Amino acid sequence: MKVTVDMDKCQHYGQCCFEAPDVFELDADGKLQYVADVAEERRADVESAADVCPMQAIVVE
Amino acid sequence: MTGIVIVGAGLGGLRTAESARAAGYQGPITIVGEESHLPYNRPPLSKEALSTGVAVDDLHFRRKPSVDDVTWHLGAPAIGSDLVARTVTLADGTVLSFQALVAATGIRPRRLPIDGPQAGCIVLRTADDALQLRERLIPGAQVVILGAGFIGCEVAATAIKLGCTVHVVAIDTEPMIRPLGAELGSAMRVRHEHHGVHFHLGRFVTGFVGDEQITRVTVDDGTELAADVVVEAVGSVANVEWLAGNGLDLSDGLLVDDAMAVIDAPCPMFAVGDIARHPNAWFPGPARRIEHWNMPTETGKRAGQSLAAVLSGAPMDTAAFAAMPSFWSDQYSHKLQSFGMPGLADHITVVAGSPDGPCIAEYRRDGQLVGVVGIDMTAELAPYRKQLMGQQ
Repeated sequence: MKVTVDMDKCQHYGQCCFEAPDVFELDADGKLQYVADVAEERRADVESAADVCPMQAIVVE
Repeated sequence: MTGIVIVGAGLGGLRTAESARAAGYQGPITIVGEESHLPYNRPPLSKEALSTGVAVDDLHFRRKPSVDDVTWHLGAPAIGSDLVARTVTLADGTVLSFQALVAATGIRPRRLPIDGPQAGCIVLRTADDALQLRERLIPGAQVVILGAGFIGCEVAATAIKLGCTVHVVAIDTEPMIRPLGAELGSAMRVRHEHHGVHFHLGRFVTGFVGDEQITRVTVDDGTELAADVVVEAVGSVANVEWLAGNGLDLSDGLLVDDAMAVIDAPCPMFAVGDIARHPNAWFPGPARRIEHWNMPTETGKRAGQSLAAVLSGAPMDTAAFAAMPSFWSDQYSHKLQSFGMPGLADHITVVAGSPDGPCIAEYRRDGQLVGVVGIDMTAELAPYRKQLMGQQ
């Protein structure tokens, strides 16, 4: 599964990190880092992360 | 019978439908909406979208493929219902039958009865409202905002950015005082004043002046403010009138149980989002409505699971509902973020930084942590969220 975050939209609120901490993380500077290639069995949590993004910046394919 | 009817085509309605599908419900779903738009994201309407121009196509939520077969009945609000006969009546005369009903009609802006002309006074809830407001926020425009809550403050920041003159009139003594408390509210006021916003706090508007169009606003201390546009942002009212006559308590949204099932409903009926007054295991006390953006998703997920169970004849999951309320706000370059229910606090302590810069405040009630708010400190909030969930 492919994960993309629109970094123009992302405001680094980090809500996604709570849903899928293995995929999304705020770094020491508070900037979002994420894994773009994610195992299919993580889909439910990654979709939850996309659902809770206040900026709706996360696309899961 | 037409399966599930969801009244309300916002975030809560969409998430409920997606959750029912994810939980195995394969029957028909109809979603009714007052607006002509498919579900879209509202928070940008006072911020990015208001500042750069409103294009509702850019604001639509991505809808999961599982709801591709949902019937959307848009542009006609529900005006009545008969929960015993299991029907909902829409403004265009349509009568929909259902096996299970979901109330997801949300809230609308509260209006104040103010004397004088009304043209030029705008509320902000829908994309169409935002379009109307955007047209008037031209450089040099004199903007008077009634209310110093989140929407009032966000519109103030956006209007300043667009080159307007901004006055905020509010009965509260500091902006956003109910969620933030006086110290952080005051700290945010200073930031707004630094950008040029004029506050009239502890004050109320006594009248609108003008011929057909409002040109001035009078304040109770005698001040007269020139106004090209007035934004009324003084709280909200739950959209529950369409449920009148069914014997339900509609005094404060709809009271639901842990499964989001409406108490005392004579049919399978659920409520989600802003109108659901629900219990929350992480925040004991009376059931509460929480008008934060993440709650339609949380309550919608649970309602969808309950619907799938009820309609397959299985028992509903009655486990305690627990959800973490969260809000965020962008004002100028500043980011506020919160977890929990800071508005419940009786004691507030700044525990990191200082209110005039990046900071975190703890909100406690009877000594227990009930909320946390950060200004320009986001990553540092995570441990507090865990504490609020009882995972210290």
